[in-house]
Amino acid sequence: MKIHEYQAKAILAKYDVPVPRGEVAFTVDEVEAAAKKIGGSVVVKAQIHAGGRGKGGGVKVAKDAAEAVEIAKKMLGMKLVTHQTGPEGRIVQRLLVEETLPIERELYLGIVLDRAQGKSVFMASAAGGMEIEEVAAKTPELILRETFEPGYGLASFQGRNLAFGMGIPAASVNAAVSAMTALVNAYSDSDASLAEINPFILTKDGKVYALDAKITLDDNALYRHKNLLELRDLNEEDPLEVEASRFSLNYIKLDGNIACMVNGAGLAMATMDIIKYAGGSPANFLDVGGGANAEQIKNAFRILLSDAGVEAVLINIFGGILRCDVLATGVVNAARELNIKVPIVVRMEGTNVEKGQEILRTSGFNFTVADGMKDAAEKVVRAAKMGAAA
Amino acid sequence: MSVLVDQNTRVVFQGFTGREASFHAQASLDYGTQVVGGVTPGKGGQTHLDRPVFNTVAEAVQRTGANASVIFVPPPFAADAIMEAAEAGVALVVCITEGIPTADMVRAAEFLKGRPTRLIGPNCPGIISPGKCKIGIMPAHIHKQGHVGVVSRSGTLTYEAVGQLSKLGIGQSTCIGIGGDPIIGTTFTDAMTLFNADPDTHAIVMIGEIGGNAEETAAAYIREHVKKPVIGFIAGQTAPPGRRMGHAGAIISGGSGKADDKMKAMAAAGITVCATPAEIGEKVKSRL
Repeated sequence: MKIHEYQAKAILAKYDVPVPRGEVAFTVDEVEAAAKKIGGSVVVKAQIHAGGRGKGGGVKVAKDAAEAVEIAKKMLGMKLVTHQTGPEGRIVQRLLVEETLPIERELYLGIVLDRAQGKSVFMASAAGGMEIEEVAAKTPELILRETFEPGYGLASFQGRNLAFGMGIPAASVNAAVSAMTALVNAYSDSDASLAEINPFILTKDGKVYALDAKITLDDNALYRHKNLLELRDLNEEDPLEVEASRFSLNYIKLDGNIACMVNGAGLAMATMDIIKYAGGSPANFLDVGGGANAEQIKNAFRILLSDAGVEAVLINIFGGILRCDVLATGVVNAARELNIKVPIVVRMEGTNVEKGQEILRTSGFNFTVADGMKDAAEKVVRAAKMGAAA
Repeated sequence: MSVLVDQNTRVVFQGFTGREASFHAQASLDYGTQVVGGVTPGKGGQTHLDRPVFNTVAEAVQRTGANASVIFVPPPFAADAIMEAAEAGVALVVCITEGIPTADMVRAAEFLKGRPTRLIGPNCPGIISPGKCKIGIMPAHIHKQGHVGVVSRSGTLTYEAVGQLSKLGIGQSTCIGIGGDPIIGTTFTDAMTLFNADPDTHAIVMIGEIGGNAEETAAAYIREHVKKPVIGFIAGQTAPPGRRMGHAGAIISGGSGKADDKMKAMAAAGITVCATPAEIGEKVKSRL
C-alpha cells in the first residue's frame, strides 16, 4: 500500500528523523493558515501517489502566504501528469505546505528488500535528488549498500560507512547516522516494503533533513497495523480496482479492449501476453483466485464490463480441481443477470470439461468455446475486431 | 527417479484439520502419498482422515518418522510453522500459504540458514513426482510420470505447461512450484541443480515471471553447468511497471525484473525461450 509524502514524514518524525516543519492542507484556506503559521517562504507540494511531481508542476516555492494561496488555487483540483501517473494523471486533492531550507547538498537514502539475500538492504548515494534507477543505470558506483540483519537494525558503524562514504562532513555524520538508524526502525516497525528519502539534504548550517519521503507498506502485514491501514487514500486508486479488492479479486486496469478473467496470477499474466501476441490489447489483469465460485465470477464480470473500453472478454480457467460444469453455469448465470452483450470466448480445462462446454454452447448467449490458449487468444482478438468494426 | 519427493516420502500436514488441508490431504492420500499424520495445536490425540493429529511438529516427527511437511496454516502463523518444522528436523518443508508478511519470511529465511531443511515456497502449489508422491494443491490427473522436470513461480501456469506436456505424451519426473513471493526457500538455481543431477530428468521446463532477477541468476548457472535441454517461459511481458501482478513478487521495480531482460538472459544461456505459453509443450517435444 502506498501512502502520501506527508504521511510518510509523520511516521519518520515519530522516529526522530528530522523533517521540515509543515502541514497538510485540503483547502486554499488551510494552505493560507499553514503558510502563515510557518512564516516566510514556503514550498507547496502536491500530494499524489506518484513520483516526478516537480517536473509536472506539482512542487512550487512561494515567497509568502499570499503567493502560497495563489499557487494552491491553481494546484488544488489540477490534473497532475508525471512519468509515473500515465497520461491520465491524478487530480490533486491534498497539498503539503512546508518551510524552505538552505540546501547545501542533496543525498539519497533508501531501504528495499534484497530478494537474493533474503534481507533488507540500506542504500545511500551522494547523487540525491534524481531517481535512484537513473543513478543505478548511469553511475552504479555512487550507490553504497549495507545489508542489515533481521532484528538488529542498522548498526551505527554501518551508518558511518555510508555517511563518510557519501562525503558527509564529520560534524554532520552523527546526525546523519541517527537519521539512518531511525529510518530503518520506521521501516521495520511499520512492515514497509520500501522506505526512501530523496533527497536527504544537508543544510548550509550542517543539519540534515528528509526533504521528501516515500514509504510503501507490505500489504500482507497490514493486518497487524490497523493505524497504518487508515492512511489508505482511495482517491489515489482506480475505482474499479477498489471495487475488485472488496471481493478479493486481484484486478489491475490496463488500457486495452480485451478483458480477461483468469484463475492464478501467472496464468493471468500469460493470458495478457498471448492476447498481445495474437495482435490484441488486454484491458486488464484479473486473477479470480483458485476457488472461483459463481458469486466471484459474477462480481468479476460486473467489474470487467464497467470498463467502457471492453469489446470482448476472454475467460481462461485452468480448473483442475474446479469443475467446468459448475464454472460454465456460473458464467451463464452471470451473463444472464448482467445482460452481457459483448462476445465472450471461454477456454477451460478441468474435470467435466465437455459438460461445461455443452452448457455454454446451448445457453443462447454469444459464447465461443476455445481449445487451448492460442486458439482462445486468436478467437477473442478476432471477436474484438469484429465488435469494433460493427 | 525424481527429485526431493518419491514413494518413500513421509509427509505430515501442518494445519491438518483445516478445510483446505483436509481436502488436499485426502487428495494426496488418494494419490498414494504417504500422509503419516498432521499437526494442529490443541487437537493432539485426535484422529483425522484416519491419521494421528499431534500438537507439535516435533512430536509428529518423533512418532511417525515424517521427513516432509506441508503447511496450510494462515499467513500470520505460517512463518512460525516453517521454523517449527525446521527445528523438528524435517528435511523438506513445503509452504502453500499465500500472504505471509515479508518481514516474517526474512526471519524464517535467516532461521533456516545453517539448518539442513529445504523449504519450498511459500505461496506455491507444492511439489509432485508423478506416480509417486504429491504434496500440494495441484490437480493430480493432469500429470504423467516421465522425464521432464518442471520448475515454476506460478501455480495454474504450471498446470497449463504440464497439461500440454501430458497431452503430447511427455511425462514429468518432478514438478516444483517454487512460489510467487519475493522471499522463497528453493530458487530456480536450486531446482536446476537438483534436476541436473537427476539421471532420470532429461529436459527441464523453467517458468518464470516478472520481478527480481532469479531467472537471470539461474540462466547464468545453466550456461555454466546444465547440459540438458532447458525450455523457458516468462509471464508478464505486457505487465505495466510498478504494479504488483497478483503475486507479491511479481513487480517490475526500479527498472529491474522486466520480462525482456529475463528472456534475453535465458536465450543467451542456450535456453529455448517460448514467446507464448501455448508453445511450451511443443518446444519441449522439439528438444527431446
